[in-house]
Formats: sequence, C-alpha cells, structure tokens
Amino acid sequence: MKMGGEEKPAIRLAGDTGLIIEFGQGIDPGVNAKVRAMAGAVKTNTLRGVTEIIPTYCSLLLIYDPLITRPGKLVSAIERIENTLERTGTEPCKVVEIPVCYGGEFGPDIENVEKSANFCREDVIRFHSEPEYLIYMIGFTPGFPFLGGLNKKLFTPRLKTPRMSVPEGSVGIANNQTGMYPIASPGGWQIIGRTPLKLFAPQRKNPFLYKAGDKIKFIPISRKEYTRLKIKEEN
Amino acid sequence: MNAIKVLAPGGYTTIQDKGRFGFQHMGIPVSGVLDRFAFALANLLVGNHENTAVMELTVMGPSIEIRKEMDIALTGAKMGITVNENPVDQWRSIRVKKGDIVTIGQVQSGCRAYLSFSGGISVPEVMGSFSTYVGGKIGGFKGRPLQKDDIIETRDTPLLSTGWAVPQKLIPAYPSHAVIRAIPGPQDDYFDTGLKTLFQSEYMVTAKADRMGYRLQGDPIPIKAGMPKSIVSEPSMPGSIQIPPDEQPIILLVEQTVGGYAKIATIISSDLPVISQTTPGDTIRFEKIDLNTAHGLIIEEQNKINTIKEIFSNH
Repeated sequence: MKMGGEEKPAIRLAGDTGLIIEFGQGIDPGVNAKVRAMAGAVKTNTLRGVTEIIPTYCSLLLIYDPLITRPGKLVSAIERIENTLERTGTEPCKVVEIPVCYGGEFGPDIENVEKSANFCREDVIRFHSEPEYLIYMIGFTPGFPFLGGLNKKLFTPRLKTPRMSVPEGSVGIANNQTGMYPIASPGGWQIIGRTPLKLFAPQRKNPFLYKAGDKIKFIPISRKEYTRLKIKEEN
Repeated sequence: MNAIKVLAPGGYTTIQDKGRFGFQHMGIPVSGVLDRFAFALANLLVGNHENTAVMELTVMGPSIEIRKEMDIALTGAKMGITVNENPVDQWRSIRVKKGDIVTIGQVQSGCRAYLSFSGGISVPEVMGSFSTYVGGKIGGFKGRPLQKDDIIETRDTPLLSTGWAVPQKLIPAYPSHAVIRAIPGPQDDYFDTGLKTLFQSEYMVTAKADRMGYRLQGDPIPIKAGMPKSIVSEPSMPGSIQIPPDEQPIILLVEQTVGGYAKIATIISSDLPVISQTTPGDTIRFEKIDLNTAHGLIIEEQNKINTIKEIFSNH
C-alpha cells in the first residue's frame, strides 16, 4: 500500500505496527544519506510511541505501538521533520579490511557468478576485491553489512530457493548487492568465498567490526592464510 | 537460588520474554515469545508482571525437577501436564514443592505452550531482554535451547494466597485449519492476480516452520509481469509474507530482521499467535483486513488481558 506523490517520500504500510518511509528506489549514496539523516532526525525528535527506527538503503522503517500513537499522527510528524531536514555532510568513516578465501568449498556458487558474468575466476575475484564498498545498512542477522558499489559485471540473481543454512563468514552476491554472513543463517545469496574473521562476537567489547557508513575492502587470501587467520581468531 | 533442573528438554524449549527492542538496526532481531496472549496469561496466573521471562515449549514439553516451592502455570498449546504423574489443568496456577517432578507431554492442539514460574526465570539480561536468540547464540540460557541437566534459577517472590484460573471462554482454540488476517503491502504493488490467489487459496504449513519463519505450500503467487523478482533488501516485520522466486509464500517471524523478496502482505499482530500455534500439515486461509480494524483488534486483545488482570486482583 503506497501513499504520497513524487516529491514527497512515499509511505508504505508494513502491517499494523510498521510504516516504511521510502526516499527513492535502488542503491544510491545520495538517497541513503537522506535516509540516515532522516533516521537521525526522527531519533532527535523522539516521536512518542515509536519503538524502532531502522534505516535501510532507500527507506526508513518505523515500528510503532498503536496503543500509544496513530499512523496518521506519525505521517504528519514525518512530513514536518522531512521539510526541515538539512543536507548533511558525509560523516567520517573508516575502511575495514576483510580477508576472504574465494571459491572452493568456501564459495560453492562462484561458478554461477562466473557463468552469469562470463568471466574467469581470477577476474571475478579481482572485480569483487577491487572497490571500497560503502555499508548502506546492517541487518538480516547481527552485523550483516549490505554493501553498495558492486561492479556491474558481477550482478547475479539470488538462488532460486534460499539455503536453510549458509556458514558463518560466507561472502555473497545477490543481484547488485554484496555482503557477508556474520553468523550461520538461512539465505539466498550466491556464496563466493569466506572470511576467517569473527564478524559478530557478543563477548567482545565491541561485538561488531564496523558500522553503517563505514567502508569494506575485501583482501583475497589463500586457503593456507585462511586457516592461519582462523586459528588466530579462535585463540 | 536454583529452582529447576531440566530432566528432559522436550522438543525445543527456550527462555523468552516479550522481546529485545531497539537493536534491529544492528541486525539483532526482536526474538521473544511468538504467542503474546498465552505468554501474558501464563505470567498473570502466577502473580508475575505480564512481561516476565518464561519457557516457550514447542510440540513436546520438557520434564523438570522442582527444587523450591513455587507457583507455576502452563498456557498456550494443549500438551497435558502432570505433577508427580498426577494430571493437572492448564490455564491455572499450580502450587509445586521441592522434589516435585513436572512433566509436560506431546502437543494435542496448537504448537507452542508457555510455562511460567512465580518470580520469573532469572538469566543474564542481554541488550535489555532475557529472550533467547538461538541464531545469534545470545540471551536466555547460554543463548541456546534448554538441554538435559541444565539448572535454571528463578527470583524469590511471595507465593499466591489463592490459586487462579483463566475463564474457559477466554481460552483460545487452536484449530488445525486457521484463518489468518493480513494487511496488503508493503509491496502489494508487485502483484496483481497474486493478491487474489493469496486471499482465496488454502496454504499448507510445511515442515520448514520455526521461529525465523514458516514456509507455506499452495497455489503459486506470481510477481506481476515487468516487476523485478526481488527487491533491494529492507527490514521485515514479524508477520511479513514474502514471495521468493519459487512463488511459495514464506511468513517471516521473530528471528529475522530483513527480507530481500517482495512482501505481498503482513499478518496483523493479533493473529501472530494464531499462525505460531499452527504445525506442519495444518492449513491456512488468509483474510484481507484494513489497518483500522487491525488496530481495533489490538485494543480488544489488550482489554481481554486487562479483564483477566482485574479478575485476578479481585481475589
């Protein structure tokens, strides 16, 4: 269900406790910056009855308690905040290096990407590890980063039927997106490699290695290096 | 103090409260109980605040040894409960004492039952909640379902002066053919005939049904011609009905924060207990409902809980 016109953000209903405010379509750094600015503004304005503020690529999901607030009230508050939204500068970000062992048992779907892109393995690895990817959002599982900036040559559709379990540390591609699985979970992404790093460690002081707005750089490593780093991570 | 020893863990028993809120933007799902109504009543029956940690039992109940005098209650799915092999009723408070063996059986109707303890289960709080998130290995008892020989603690509290029971008319039935109400969207504009199919056909719950989601089987729901087969990943709600390319609906539940497929409709909050009380092989029919009606039902449910609170406090 979609309300609103072209200039204003569109509002979609997500059941009886969720509103999605959509600032655009697809993966666009400008749209994403607007989403994050809006998320910050909603937080600052503390809307009564809003229990979660979840920024994503191009939209913001607000979860509300209908016993406390009404969706109509929220929509007008959102429009009011949107009108006062100022253009925000780019926040300082760090580049986080993630070592990845591509292919083999760690990347069972790399052949799908090779076939779909019509490139050899070396090229797929080179194209995938070249960019610094912006973390547009974190979600799906603890610390799962949704990265923008994937080389068009590597765009590959999701698996037809999602896997019931993708191993921890898996690196994958889904259409124009790339990301990593910090914990074992079901998923439909094409898996091309695995990192030995612990991406979510609740016992660590900071359970996560990065935040939304940071950048990720993948570093291709050998199987031997993977094993060495894996042992180091576990100690 | 140690209060409970797990003799047999049952099918899938986890410690849950209402859920973990405020961390979904870091990918931490809400977790928590699937049947809020049965959960609230289980707590009220033993004199707890309605959002106190309980055990959520799935399909087959556990067997536990009681190590201190307590009040307990079992609500939700009908599983049958015995104290020292003597059958007792569900949906009422039960006084147990040190050395008693409480055994909960195989499900007869419904899927999930809630076992509450006076004072509440005491486990370390993780990110503001006691709920177990098994996928992330956090919360509850060591971030996992209960196992044989686990020792669980409860908080000390005064016991009830009188036993309580939920009036029969307020006890839900858990039919194996469930009607589930849903609001179209957020991506209902990705579908045309698919919407008609969703609200007219019957779907079966498959064996792939857990706290993350329920995969259904039935008439395929195609995406409208010209629309992409998946969307840019966005957050999901408990109750989102997403349609992957195999055109068979998946209901996303509480251990999930994002979905990458178009969501044709979202199950209303008041019917999340209904879907989570269905088991593989059960059938579902979806019914379209508008936002206002759905909000009315949330208020109605809250009133029901308040009524019960009032009945109990008048004792």
